[in-house]
Amino acid sequence: MKKYSIINTRLQRVDARAKVTGDARYTDDLSMPDMLYGALLQSPLAHARIEKIDTSKAKKLFGVSEVVTAEEAGLVKFGVSPARYDETIFCSDKVRYIGDEIAAVAAVDLETALEAISMIKVDYEELPPLLDAFDAIREGAPAIHDDFPNNIGAEVHQEFGDVEEAFKTCDYVRTDKFINKKQDGAFLEPQSCVAVYDFNGNLTLYTSTQSPHYVQRTLAMVLGLPIGKVRVIKPYVGGGFGPKAAANTLELAACLLSIRTGRPVKMTFTREQVFWHSRARHQFFHELTTGVKKDGTLVALKNTCYLDGGAYSSFGIATIYYAGSLLGAPYKLPNMKYDGYRIYTNKPANGAQRGHGGVAARAAWEQQLDIIAGELGMDPVDFRLKNIMQKGDVTCNDFNMSSLGMKECLEAVKNDSGWTKKKGKLPKGKGIGVACGFFVSGAGFPIYRSETFHATAMIKVSEDGGTVNLYTASAEIGQGSDTILTQIAAEALGVRYDDVRISSGDTDFGIDLGAYSSRQTLMSGHAVKQAAENVKQQILEVLSGKLKIPIQDMDIKGGVIIFKKGKVDFSGLRANYIKEHRGWTDPPAGDYLTFTEAARIAYLEKGVVVGGGAYKPGELGGKYKGAAVGTSPAYGCSAQVVEVTVDMETGKVTVDNMTDAHDCGFAINRTNVEGQMQGSLSMGLGEALFEEIKFDNKGRVINPTFGEYRIPTSLDMPNVKTIIIESDEPNGPFGAKEVGEGAIMPTIPAILNAIYDAAGVRISELPVTSERVFMALKKNKK
Amino acid sequence: MKKLITLTINKRSYELAVAPNKTLAQVLREELNLPGTKIGCGIGDCGACTVILDGRTVNSCLVLAVQANGSEITTIEGVAEGQNLHPVQQAFVDHGAIQCGFCTPGMVLSAKNLLDRNPRPTESQIREALSGNLCRCTGYQKIVEAVRAASGAAKK
Repeated sequence: MKKYSIINTRLQRVDARAKVTGDARYTDDLSMPDMLYGALLQSPLAHARIEKIDTSKAKKLFGVSEVVTAEEAGLVKFGVSPARYDETIFCSDKVRYIGDEIAAVAAVDLETALEAISMIKVDYEELPPLLDAFDAIREGAPAIHDDFPNNIGAEVHQEFGDVEEAFKTCDYVRTDKFINKKQDGAFLEPQSCVAVYDFNGNLTLYTSTQSPHYVQRTLAMVLGLPIGKVRVIKPYVGGGFGPKAAANTLELAACLLSIRTGRPVKMTFTREQVFWHSRARHQFFHELTTGVKKDGTLVALKNTCYLDGGAYSSFGIATIYYAGSLLGAPYKLPNMKYDGYRIYTNKPANGAQRGHGGVAARAAWEQQLDIIAGELGMDPVDFRLKNIMQKGDVTCNDFNMSSLGMKECLEAVKNDSGWTKKKGKLPKGKGIGVACGFFVSGAGFPIYRSETFHATAMIKVSEDGGTVNLYTASAEIGQGSDTILTQIAAEALGVRYDDVRISSGDTDFGIDLGAYSSRQTLMSGHAVKQAAENVKQQILEVLSGKLKIPIQDMDIKGGVIIFKKGKVDFSGLRANYIKEHRGWTDPPAGDYLTFTEAARIAYLEKGVVVGGGAYKPGELGGKYKGAAVGTSPAYGCSAQVVEVTVDMETGKVTVDNMTDAHDCGFAINRTNVEGQMQGSLSMGLGEALFEEIKFDNKGRVINPTFGEYRIPTSLDMPNVKTIIIESDEPNGPFGAKEVGEGAIMPTIPAILNAIYDAAGVRISELPVTSERVFMALKKNKK
Repeated sequence: MKKLITLTINKRSYELAVAPNKTLAQVLREELNLPGTKIGCGIGDCGACTVILDGRTVNSCLVLAVQANGSEITTIEGVAEGQNLHPVQQAFVDHGAIQCGFCTPGMVLSAKNLLDRNPRPTESQIREALSGNLCRCTGYQKIVEAVRAASGAAKK
């Protein structure tokens, strides 16, 4: 493989020093002169008709600047996918979940705003809440949205090949059901925003978001402003994982209040409000039927899924497709049928979360494949290897595996975990399990229909030649995109890491669809690489003219100019540079013409040294309905082996060891890749063993705290053995593709399969609590 | 009615009039302009607001500012000396222990406090000491590695 100096290393994150000293500013850390504080009135009922809203008392409270309801906000619908815009800033006719927004207040301080909120009187006519997806689709159930009388907000029916005919050719067919639970994103930073509307009619929103671009579009559309007057800036963000990938009422309300008061308005969710707002993992009810030949060849899969969507669509229109399309691969499967139904219920809306739509499906299927391997008397690793896809294979739903190190991942975890020595040979109560998975490297299409570029980048070299300023609207949310893009810029331009200064997360810097569907490295990386190459070309062109050397005989590497055909007399340029910089420190010396000298000379010639880059995916496969969800320029993949201990008396599960191999194409930053792998496994472990949002019979979240909604602590996570596989993706910048989400795919099923190996029980409902294992053990004894 | 209190924060003394219902976290962030202390939950579950108060780590969202009267407090802003990072901070930077960074100030203070009390902790002691600080990004592994590395550096 080619040698690089900046990428494929373990360079420090560009934001590490700011974050470790407390210097990094997150949205709620911001403050503006004359700033007001906003608060929301949210519904205390899960399903009710609004009869009357009386804000008169609240408006009179001393210190209150503005109170707004649907009357002031209007009823422009928004959401994620234009096909399912089903939200308004505030409810006007109905409330649909506990937490649905009805009004907002701006006041001199938060206490006053909250007091005013408590003085708004709303008269409701209570309606029966639909809290169970299957109750909601029962004949005669009241409609949550008038446009969807049967409460089915979206349905998908796809068939590739002929599943029923294929089952007839199988030697073994089995059906299993699987249920997960509604999860919370549980990012540490609650959503927060500061809206500033100035006297020239410009709106600037600072917000904790994964997609400044989508927020900008939504603000302009809902508030009726020209898009050019709306600027969205993303300060440091304390994690997103999916729920922050769309505009929300907090942001819209803050903007509306700022427009109406002419003052900056800050609004921040409490942790409880984060749980109410949710937009995280759906609850999925899967029924899978898989057929195989005696020799272990996979033949057909039928997947039926009901998704409990909550009160609004959010990202659900994509989720429902992913719950079908992310099966099949990474195995050669010629026949696949999927029927999905996303159901409205009177609970917080579900949306996207790490491994979008595919995590529960993957858990269900990889456990079923383990059962099938057992029935056929095959080792689960061998069974998977028999069916594994390789580079160049195309799935039955037209996903092109332009690179795929799946086999390499599986073999690596087999070897590094000591699988052969352990599988079936561990003492009772100890077990080992394996699973695989894959994920997209960026969605092939934006969430709205458009020919837009998915990412643009601009590089401007400072006039002194010393600094390479990189501007991108990409969203650093903790995953490390600022670091990755800085590395890509430095490598492609040939300068040192420290020479590049990145500015990101601002819609003024260009178009970038944001941090979701694991797209920043591949898509923004392409745009940045192109911008850097463009600037490099411009500088070399100037040098070529000055030195009378063809461009192809020069290069820039490590911050100096390389003359490929031997020594060149550049003393004239150096003298010029030194003359320009009289009195400055560090006059250049030595045998090499530095990048700084060359860039200064280029500036003197051109005035502006700016280069641009723009990326959108080329033609992707799939012409069928729904092909837009799942087709991607590249696919990352993972294999994991997990070892557990099951307490045979109490059913308590402890994860002892995890071995994870992930094919990220090419690791731009090896430390970051490992960090994404470890973080994915941690989230998967939490979802497998204890995460569940619980409701009472009125539809109220009863565990909206980190005390009661448990995420893994440092005592729950074992150390993970991380193995990076590099398959050199032809469609990725420098061969790179995703790692942020694919790595969560095998975690839950690997744990489930290890539990079976340890205790002989199959758990088909998450989370795997001690009680669930205990009851299964008890049933097994009978 | 506001109360007059004295706090020593990062070796600097402050005299303040604070409302009796204000938490230490609120006063640090809103009144003293020290926003490095983060509020992730406001009820003592997540540890993002961890500060060192008279030698012990506390969730500053669970301490009323008036309760801290007369105390000596270290926040994240007081850990580095000028441009020189504390060994724990340097280790976090070097070992990739940071992702979104929202838990990082609290993590650093919990780790620093551990090493101040126990310069050579075992891995399980490190994990125990950090168990009150939630992190959703890293899976904790690189944080634990950083603290272990810092314990070696601190000894030198």
